[in-house]
Amino acid sequence: MKYVKSYVPYHSPFDPCPPIGKKYYRTPPHLYMTFQPYNLPQFSPQEALKKGTLWPALYDYYENPYDRRS
Amino acid sequence: MWIYEKKLQYPVKVSTCNPRLAKFLVEQYGGADGELAAALRYLNQRYTIPDKVIGLLTDIGTEEFAHLEMIATMIYKLTKDATPQQMRDAGLDAHYANHDSALFYHNADGVPFTAAYIQAKGDPIADLYEDIAAEEKARATYQWLIDMSDDPDLNDGLRFLREREIIHSLRFREAVEILKQERDQKVFF
Repeated sequence: MKYVKSYVPYHSPFDPCPPIGKKYYRTPPHLYMTFQPYNLPQFSPQEALKKGTLWPALYDYYENPYDRRS
Repeated sequence: MWIYEKKLQYPVKVSTCNPRLAKFLVEQYGGADGELAAALRYLNQRYTIPDKVIGLLTDIGTEEFAHLEMIATMIYKLTKDATPQQMRDAGLDAHYANHDSALFYHNADGVPFTAAYIQAKGDPIADLYEDIAAEEKARATYQWLIDMSDDPDLNDGLRFLREREIIHSLRFREAVEILKQERDQKVFF
């Protein structure tokens, strides 16, 4: 996933909880665009209304990146 | 002037009875980076911004109210049938004591909304940079809400709202580029 970045925070042997492992953050597509070019490919109107954007280049589906520990 | 359409921008569906989620969701209702703060910020800044980008602030500010309405619907659906006991178990005891199941503009910690959350500096770049930051903070809030929620239908609505934050952020970034007035100049190396 191009727009998902991660790093591994330091985990001390004295930390109380098991390490989370990778810590995730997002760098969504608009950060790489600054000014949207003309004539980008488009979703169908129905699809766009569902996704929240008309342009596949700006669509960034979000999913919880962490395991459920509960 | 506004024209009201009696429907939500995106359908809101909640499939599990989990009033606890309402406690988190209220962050986007009356929190510092919430939809109310966003709407009021943009619809106020627009009076003193160069005319090329006034319309952008009007449009986005208006859309933020449509988002506020979606969040309100989510919170309402999650709490409307909860008994006082269920409200207490969901950590909404303090809210119930003060508001019953009425909605109120406060954040997830119960801190009431304040105009101190927003700014209008009058400097177009300062204001637009604040708007960009606000959109990114709202996007992050939606991410953390999705991470904590296991209601697929609720998350569907939250994902839509998160995607809108991305688009709004890009539009504000474009507004900055327009004000820099360098877009039509040739680049020499």
